[in-house]
Amino acid sequence: MTSVVSAGRKWGESLSSRPENVGLGVMLGLGLGAVALAAQWVKGPSALLVAVAMLAMAIGLIYTAFAGGLEARKSLAPYGLLKPGIIWLCLFFLAPLWSMVVMSLSSKAGRFDFFPDFTWNFENYRIALTKFRPQFIRSFSYAGIATLLTVVIGYPLAYFIAFRGGKYRNILLGLVVVPFFTSYLIRTLAWNNILADEGPVVSLINTLHLSGIFESLDIMQNGKLMNTPAAVIGGLTYNFLPFMVLPIYVSLEKIDVRLVDAAMDLYSSASQAFRKVVLPLSLPGLFAGGLLVFIPAAGDFVNAQFLGNPQTTMIGNSIQDQFLRQLNYPVASAMSFVLMIIITIIVLIYTKFMGTEDLA
Amino acid sequence: MSTAFSKRQKAGQRLVNVAAGAALLYIFVPIFVIVLFSFNEPKGKYNIKWQNFTLDNWAHPFVEKELTSALWVSLRIALIATLVSTVLGTLIALSLSRYKFKASGAVNLFLILPLTAPEIVLGSSLATLFLNRSVDFGYVTIIIAHVMFQISFVAVTVRARIRGFDWTLEQAAQDLGATPSRAFWKVTFPLILPGIMAAALLSFALSVDDFIITFFNAGSLVTFPLQIFGASRVKISPQINVLASMLLFTSVALMAGAMVLTRRREHRHSSVARKKS
Repeated sequence: MTSVVSAGRKWGESLSSRPENVGLGVMLGLGLGAVALAAQWVKGPSALLVAVAMLAMAIGLIYTAFAGGLEARKSLAPYGLLKPGIIWLCLFFLAPLWSMVVMSLSSKAGRFDFFPDFTWNFENYRIALTKFRPQFIRSFSYAGIATLLTVVIGYPLAYFIAFRGGKYRNILLGLVVVPFFTSYLIRTLAWNNILADEGPVVSLINTLHLSGIFESLDIMQNGKLMNTPAAVIGGLTYNFLPFMVLPIYVSLEKIDVRLVDAAMDLYSSASQAFRKVVLPLSLPGLFAGGLLVFIPAAGDFVNAQFLGNPQTTMIGNSIQDQFLRQLNYPVASAMSFVLMIIITIIVLIYTKFMGTEDLA
Repeated sequence: MSTAFSKRQKAGQRLVNVAAGAALLYIFVPIFVIVLFSFNEPKGKYNIKWQNFTLDNWAHPFVEKELTSALWVSLRIALIATLVSTVLGTLIALSLSRYKFKASGAVNLFLILPLTAPEIVLGSSLATLFLNRSVDFGYVTIIIAHVMFQISFVAVTVRARIRGFDWTLEQAAQDLGATPSRAFWKVTFPLILPGIMAAALLSFALSVDDFIITFFNAGSLVTFPLQIFGASRVKISPQINVLASMLLFTSVALMAGAMVLTRRREHRHSSVARKKS
C-alpha cells in the first residue's frame, strides 16, 4: 500500500515539474471523458471506470497545484480558467454532435418504437439527399442571394459610418443593431404587415402600375408579395443585415485614410482608389460578414414559415418537421449532419485563409 | 477636366450617402411598423392590416395571460443562463487574453465552432442527446442549451473588449504587497467589468430572443418566442407588439445609458490624465 502511494507521489513529482503538460492533459482528459459519458461511448461498468479516471485526474491536478508551488499554479492557471466552460461545451456541443451522427445511422425497429437502434442505416442519408434535395438547394440558393443582397445594402452603410460618421459613429452603429433588441419572430412578422396583400407596398406598386415588372422579375406572384420566394429572401436579408454591416465597418475603420489620399495624389480616380485600395482592404470584413450571414440564413426556417408558402420550404423547415412533428429522428439527424458538414467545410476553408480573428 | 472630375466624385459621394440613408431606413421600417401596430385596433384575430388608432393595448399590456407568462418564463431562463454563461465565458476570455499557452489556438477554433454552426444543428443535436438519455425537457434543458451558445459568445466578446488590457497593472499591485487575488479583484476586475457587463447584456438579449434552439429543447414549456410562433397560426394580438415595444425601449435605454456612462468615464479619465500632465 505504501509503495503504491510512494510510486504515485514520485509520478506526481515528475509531472509537477512540467505543470503545463498536466494542465493541458487534464483538460483534454476531462473533456474527452465528458464526451464519452454524455454520448454513451461507454456504458455500465466501463462508464464508472471513466468517471473514476476523471476523478483521479482532478485529484492529480489539485495535487500538482499544491505540490508545485506558485510557479506551477501560474502555469496551471490558464487551463484551470478554461476548464468549466470547455467541459460544458464538450458535454452539450461536442457530445450532441456525436449523438446526432449515431442517430442519423439508426433505424426504427417498429412503427411504434420510440427509440431508433443503431444499425449503420445509410438509407437515412439517401432520403435526406434525394427526397429533400429541393430543400437543400433552396436553402443554399436563398441564403446565397440573401448574402449578396446584404453586401449591396450593407456595404454603403458601413462605408458611410466608417468614413463619414464622424462623432456620430457609435450612435449610427447602435442604430444598426437596434433590430436585435426586438424579437426575431416579431421582426419577421412585421414584414407580414408591410408586404400584406392590401398593405402599403402592394398598393403602391399597383397605383404606379408596376406590378407587371415585378411579376416578370418573379418578385411578385399573382399580384402578391407575401408568400413568395422573394419575401423569404427579403426576410433573410433583413434579419441578418447587421451581421454584414458590422464586420465590414470594422475592416473599413482600420484603413488609414492617407492611403486613399496617396492614391488620389498619384492621379487615381475616386473609383480607382476605391477599387484598388479600399475594397481590397475591406475584403476580410466582407468575407467574415458573408459567413455570418450565410450560415444562419441557410439553417433558418422562421422566414420560410412566416413569409413563404409550401413551395419555398428550406432545409430548416424539413429538419424541424421531421424531428418535432413526424418524430423521424434518424432522417432529421441525417439532414442536420449533411447541413453541418457543408457549413463546416465552408468555415474551414474560410479559417484556412482568414483565421478566426474577424469572426469575433 | 478637374471640375468634371470633382463633379463625378461628388455624384459618387452623394450616391453613397443616399444608399446608406436608404439602408438605415430599411433597417428601421419594420421597427417602426412593430411600434405602430401596437396602437392598432385589429378587426378579427390577426393584427396585420391597419384599422384604427387606439391606446387600449398599451393600457392593458398583460391581458394575454399566456403571452405574459411566456415572457416571464423567458426572462427567468435568460437570467439564470446569463449568470452561468457570463462566469464561464469570462473565465475563458481571461485565460485566452492573459496567458500564452499551448493549445490556445485550438481553443480559439473550438470556441468559434458553436458560433458558426447553424442553430438548427445545435438545437436538434442537443435534443437528440437529451432524448437518448430520456431527460425531461423543460427549464433545465433550455438553460443548458442557452448557456451552451452563450459561453462562446461571452468569451469572444469579453476577449475583444479586454484586448490590449495592461496586465502589468496587476503586477504593480502585487509588487506593492497585494495578494494575487486581491490584485485581481481590486485592480483588474473593476477595469474589465464594463466589458463583462456589455457581454452579459447582449447574451441576455440573445437568450430572451432565441427561438430555433429553444424550439427543439423546450418540451411543453413555452417561452416568449415559442408563444409567438405557436399563436401566430391562430391569432396575432396587438399585445405582442406592445410587449415587443416595451422590450425594445428598455434595451435601447439600457444601451444608451451604458454608452453615456462609458463616455463620461472616458471623459473623466482623460481630464485626470490632462491634469497630471
